Amino acid sequence: MKGFWHDAVEFFPILMSGVVLTIVVTIGSLLLSTVLGLLWAMMRVSGIKALSLLSASLINVIRGIPIIVLLFYLYFVMPDLGVTLSALQAAILGLGIAYSAYQAENFRAGIEAIDKGQIEAAQSIGMGWWLTMRRVVLPQAVRIVLPPYGNVMIMMLKDSSQASTITVAELALQGKLIASSTFKNTNVFTMVALMYLTMSIPLILLVRHFEKRAGKK
Amino acid sequence: MIELNDVHKSFGANEVLKGITASVQKGEVVCVIGPSGSGKSTILRCINGLESYDRGEISIEGLKVDRDAPSIVKVRTQVSMVFQRFNLFPHRTALENVIEGPLYVKKEPRAQAFERGRALLAQVGLAEKADAHPPQLSGGQQQRVAIARALAMQPKAILFDEPTSALDPELVGEVLGVMRKLADDGMTMLVVTHEMGFARDVADRVLFIDGGIIVEQGPAKALLNQPQHPRTQDFLRRVLHPL
Repeated sequence: MKGFWHDAVEFFPILMSGVVLTIVVTIGSLLLSTVLGLLWAMMRVSGIKALSLLSASLINVIRGIPIIVLLFYLYFVMPDLGVTLSALQAAILGLGIAYSAYQAENFRAGIEAIDKGQIEAAQSIGMGWWLTMRRVVLPQAVRIVLPPYGNVMIMMLKDSSQASTITVAELALQGKLIASSTFKNTNVFTMVALMYLTMSIPLILLVRHFEKRAGKK
Repeated sequence: MIELNDVHKSFGANEVLKGITASVQKGEVVCVIGPSGSGKSTILRCINGLESYDRGEISIEGLKVDRDAPSIVKVRTQVSMVFQRFNLFPHRTALENVIEGPLYVKKEPRAQAFERGRALLAQVGLAEKADAHPPQLSGGQQQRVAIARALAMQPKAILFDEPTSALDPELVGEVLGVMRKLADDGMTMLVVTHEMGFARDVADRVLFIDGGIIVEQGPAKALLNQPQHPRTQDFLRRVLHPL
């Protein structure tokens, strides 16, 4: 740990540029996985056999492929099929798709936890499927879904480091580059770890807040 | 107004309705009584399409009730339902519960919906609870909000599915009071209930259902005071004199 503070000051700006990309990848894939996850979950509970089957198969396929392979596929194979993505685009797309499967299962559990009487009451005042979802089911499901959703956020922040495997210069990759050129492995990776931790702690506190709120009712 | 013609319904191998033929006229209050599991609630749930039925026909003022047809929305906006367990939306206030249907299904102007909503809450004696959420209300208050929510759709008839069965005994009266007032105002009502006093005093007609068929029906006082069929006699004896 010799000269840690000295190194810290020197490497901080480079690592911060990695932090920025880490945040971009995390937020981008979080949004994508939320939208896709909601879509899969709605297809699953739609009551339409074909949609529900399609969604279930998609979820299983996505769950069965490691994130890193998904990333390689998007970044290295898609160009052969005529679709060229930037490393950042491929990272967001890959992580977003990979996590959409977990999001979908979480959302579905939240939706299915809503009392059937709520749905009947909505139907009895003439609400159709979509209106029932939007006005009655989803607002109540949010409370149930939020704590696990917060955990997914933390996992995504950490898994965004996998984007380094397809050359996205986020925090982990920046750390690795500095370390391999300066050989200051200890100082650099300690900094990298502390920076991930610093980003995780607010999320961990957020999850605790969600859990407290969900437990109140 | 509500017509049921030879309605059959099975859950799996269990036939719960074995040919129900009945009708409710405009302005009439009809109570449905019978032992639990006799199919009483299923009849109501079929009438507003919460359940499908297998054979026969149900119609509301000539409009066929078909759970899978788009017309079911029209049926449900004409015939409201009040549930045993209230089923209020817990994430909305009493007033929001009442105006949910008018605002989002009937697309009423906001100001008008709010004004009507407040008037309906006043009508069920809960004007001061407009901003309370359902968990803050007693069972009796929740059920009165649920009645206001049903009325907000300006229905031609209201179906009550054991509206007082989930209530503490001392809260039953306030709900029955509101229902009696509705009946006096000429609302068409079909009420599944175990409250024989209410049936006797308020209902025009009573249907006694057992084993998925209508065993006996007739004017309320006559049927409850002098039941003709042995099964009706037996049921009423057990309900009225449980000891």
